[in-house]
Amino acid sequence: MQPAQSRSSSLPARRKSANAIFQGLCYLATALGLTALCLILGSLLYNGIGGLSWRVFTEITPGPGSEGGLLNAIVGSLIMTVLGVAIGTPIGILAGTFMAEYGRYERITPVVRFINDILLSAPSIIIGLFVYELVVVPMGGFSALAGGAALAVIVIPVVVRTTEDMLLLVPSQLREAAASIGAPRSVIIRSVCYKAAQAGIVTGILLAIARVSGETAPLLFTALGNLNFSLSLTSPMASLPLTINQFASSAYPEWQSLAWTGALIITAAVLLLSITARLLVSKRSGP
Amino acid sequence: MVNIPMSSVSVASRDLAVKRFAARDAVFRLLTRSAAYLVLTLLGGFLVTLVVGSWLALSTFGVSFFTSQSWNPNPDILKFGALAPIYGTLVTSAIAMVLAVPVGLGIAIFLTELCPLRLRRSIGTAIELLAGVPSIIYGMWGLFVLAPVLQNLENSYLVPAVAEIPVLSTIFAGPSYGQGVLTAGIILAIMVLPFIAAVSRDVFETVPPVLKEAAFGLGATTREVVRKVVLPYSRVGVIGGAMLALGRALGETMAVTFVIGNDPKVRASLLAPGTTISSSIANEFAEAKDAMHSSALVALGLILFVITLIVLAAARLMLLRMSKRSGV
Repeated sequence: MQPAQSRSSSLPARRKSANAIFQGLCYLATALGLTALCLILGSLLYNGIGGLSWRVFTEITPGPGSEGGLLNAIVGSLIMTVLGVAIGTPIGILAGTFMAEYGRYERITPVVRFINDILLSAPSIIIGLFVYELVVVPMGGFSALAGGAALAVIVIPVVVRTTEDMLLLVPSQLREAAASIGAPRSVIIRSVCYKAAQAGIVTGILLAIARVSGETAPLLFTALGNLNFSLSLTSPMASLPLTINQFASSAYPEWQSLAWTGALIITAAVLLLSITARLLVSKRSGP
Repeated sequence: MVNIPMSSVSVASRDLAVKRFAARDAVFRLLTRSAAYLVLTLLGGFLVTLVVGSWLALSTFGVSFFTSQSWNPNPDILKFGALAPIYGTLVTSAIAMVLAVPVGLGIAIFLTELCPLRLRRSIGTAIELLAGVPSIIYGMWGLFVLAPVLQNLENSYLVPAVAEIPVLSTIFAGPSYGQGVLTAGIILAIMVLPFIAAVSRDVFETVPPVLKEAAFGLGATTREVVRKVVLPYSRVGVIGGAMLALGRALGETMAVTFVIGNDPKVRASLLAPGTTISSSIANEFAEAKDAMHSSALVALGLILFVITLIVLAAARLMLLRMSKRSGV
């Protein structure tokens, strides 16, 4: 009886220690994740903040070995992001509207949702190849327009997803009430459903902008990048991520320091956008 | 009554209004439907353009494209085999999953079972912010911060430590240059970590509290509740989330391009430089002058697309099954 007794007395202890180890590992995992975030943000601040001055926003990218700013890259990023959002958002909202309203019970809708979810995480470099074959080759060269198109392809699935989700949350009673006073379907959707789902849809667009403004891979062979200031939509255009890519992998210290500053700017912008989007949602779902 | 003459007027105008409304309604309905079909054709469009673009290379090299590792864009030679990029893509993603899945699950368990309610939201948001950081930032950070540290650690500790052990001495053969397959895998792990943590947390939250409370009531420890109640209940969802992360890791471009060293060779050592499909495309496509070179790169893209398509489709189907079960 002796061994059995000692075993039974040690079992709770063993369970307890196993549990302690398990909990410790979970704490450790979270600490690791948070450390990674702090390290990345910390080294961005440490390396990037020194280069932050007005010149960054007023001068264009310098040649190798000289000083300058990131004006053309920032303007290019803004132009192509606006272009991508302007093309992608209407398509995304319309498609999401079909899935949640007209086509809610159609057999095609789950298929579209499935395909859209796959597009949502499709490799962005593939989108670059697709737009290259579809826009760059027929146009005969790299262009800001192609860059915007590539970004639009990334925007569409994000907006489709949030639009559909948000419209599905709109209570049917609202639609029925509008229908009962004689409003046609399209008027119901536009003046009732869109109003009710507004905050959610805007959040989706903000998230899409955040996602798109840091994208590099789809722009590599669509917009290509440009060391000069250019506003032309049919010629190659600079963007912040493209410039960071080029400067960071160069051997010139001035370029590398500009790359860090650019990285700091883009990360701050992206994080600010996603925090704003989050606040919008939490305010809505609050009281 | 008084309004009889009025109504005869308004009947005509009402007819007109109804007709106008009906026409607008039809137009709007058509617009939304065609947008939905456009989304549908995008995926098919990817496939068609990739197949058309890669035809030249695939028809020239045939099966040897998948089995050869000679990648030579020299205009006099022009021989392409995709083995090295395929190998690099699979190995870096495998390293990323091995590292990120346990840590991600740990974070998810911490957030759902251990974290004080007050901190739950802010820590969850912080982890999700990690997902919002653009991939090029990970690449830069990996190149300038992580790679030198890893090079130092590997050369002074890892390589000497495994020098006498048969298999490990091949896998971790030095010297390390900081940039290599292992560094790329670690960067990918940091990148997909928040996805795994966020999806697993959402899935864990679908476990009915009653089940957990019943187990706790029987005297189960947190570890036992997680292993015997939470994980069995949410297994499909967790696997789906992990595969979603795998899909991201396979296709990730910029973070990998910075730190993998870009050398199209299959090497046994994880510390040696290598290449992946996406980083090969990113590095070479804009400069590819020869039609065969471009076509070979597009063929790489096609392979990547097919692999990620299968992984992502499986992930989505699993998550769909999960949400169907927890819904209703």
